[in-house]
Amino acid sequence: MRKVAIVGTGHTPFTFETEKTSIELFSEAAMDAINEATLKPKDIQALYLGNCLGDFSEGQAMLQSYAANDIGAFHIPATRFEGACASSSLAIRDAFIWVASGYYDMVLAGGVERAASMGTSLATRTFAMFTDSHYEYPAGLTFPAMFAMLTHLYAKKYGVPLEKLKEQMAQVSVQSHYYGMFNPKGQFHKEITVDNVLNGFMVCSPLQLLDCCPFSDGAAAVVLVSEDKAREITDKPVYISGIGQASSGKLSAQKDHLPRLKAREESVKQAYDMAGIGPEDIDVCELHDCFSIASLIAAESLGFFEYGTSGEAWEKGETKIGGKIPINVSGGLKSKGHPIGATGASQVAEIYHQLRGESGERQVEGAKIGLTDTLGGDGILCTLIMQKGW
Amino acid sequence: MHPDYAERLVKEDKVEYKLTFKDYAKALTKGKLLGLKCRGCGNVTVPPKMTCQECGGTDLDIVELSKRGKIVTFTVVNVAPEGRQNEVPYIIALVRLDEGPWIMGNLIGFDPARAAMDLIDKDVTVGFRVFPGDKYSPGDQASPVFSFV
Repeated sequence: MRKVAIVGTGHTPFTFETEKTSIELFSEAAMDAINEATLKPKDIQALYLGNCLGDFSEGQAMLQSYAANDIGAFHIPATRFEGACASSSLAIRDAFIWVASGYYDMVLAGGVERAASMGTSLATRTFAMFTDSHYEYPAGLTFPAMFAMLTHLYAKKYGVPLEKLKEQMAQVSVQSHYYGMFNPKGQFHKEITVDNVLNGFMVCSPLQLLDCCPFSDGAAAVVLVSEDKAREITDKPVYISGIGQASSGKLSAQKDHLPRLKAREESVKQAYDMAGIGPEDIDVCELHDCFSIASLIAAESLGFFEYGTSGEAWEKGETKIGGKIPINVSGGLKSKGHPIGATGASQVAEIYHQLRGESGERQVEGAKIGLTDTLGGDGILCTLIMQKGW
Repeated sequence: MHPDYAERLVKEDKVEYKLTFKDYAKALTKGKLLGLKCRGCGNVTVPPKMTCQECGGTDLDIVELSKRGKIVTFTVVNVAPEGRQNEVPYIIALVRLDEGPWIMGNLIGFDPARAAMDLIDKDVTVGFRVFPGDKYSPGDQASPVFSFV
């Protein structure tokens, strides 16, 4: 297998409802990524595009083909990836595999979503399509409901009193909004307090409004190239050194393993093994904080903290810059926003700039190795590990 | 395809879907909770699927379950998906059946305002409701409900 580098990224602002179409959003991110890589659209040999709900948000399926044409990458193979909120991480992982295999030298991967444009009611319904439609949706299962149930399960399993757990979870949202102040591409630029979180509207008990990430519109893209091409393009390539992906059955079928997600444990092990490193080697991490509790659950399975203790880690600041493992200094899904098809590519773009020392006020000094963790639905996991190539 | 091969496929190799959603849901509306017992490992799988959830085996027998279990977790939903606003607030629970598997459904006959951690480990019995479906669903869908024993 050949080494594969990321040499360019593009990222639209993540926003509330936008007037731009999905293709317009993606094309802007794609052209930024191609320009940053000092390439032309005609150099791109294939497009791997994450998108979940274009069919519902604007009646647009198959947008990968039109997106390739839109940017002037005429007639290239273009493939859509639907893996719920992990879609563009899956797209990047597959792009990596195809370049590593030698089949392609230069591939564009990324994603786009207009979730905010759907409004809360339709977005809640369509997101619930990432649950089992016959055995679980009839009970009225939604995404906040799923993580709300995992919260109660977490409290019970690890013996953390719910009131204490809620305060720890609030701290996760507070930290994300703090770092979100320094991300000009993010949806929110507003600090919040623990009291703000604990006094918010109860969405699905015990999750309140500020425990939940927003619905967002936006796009992100990255250019992946072979090592030889990377040397021609830049002195600062970021190599993908480990990849992982895994799947699961419906939530009830995951039973006694919950609130842990077995797929995450499988996926991250693949990535660590491939990179030949462990959690202690990671300098900066972007993980899938769709809900505050999701951060605690993820950080433990990624190996950063003991099970049942990551709430304490957030309280002590171990997840801040300067702490044991800086997590979601982009603002995370919570503050930066979560246009689901674009989220994985956005996480990768954040790590790319962190490793290149280009993250300004939220820079993790000296970061050499970064990890992204992206969750789709109740059981698609994708892990990507990136390392400085110079 | 060679005729002998076609015959062998049908008679020997073809694994039929033993308990479909349609048959599972129909039984539920008649007061029966069906599952699949694995002849290989002895575990019970429900909701039904092609293979045993524990060992992946395909040698499964349809069995009628006790409809008894304990609540393992729950939530009160206040924000509904499109078309279901008239249902809020409602309680979703995951229940560990006496036979081992977990199933999801609604807790009924209990005031959502009183839902708290002490619901966990409460004994329940399984009934059913029918979700009438929406424009994205394939018609009526029977779904488990839970009530205190």
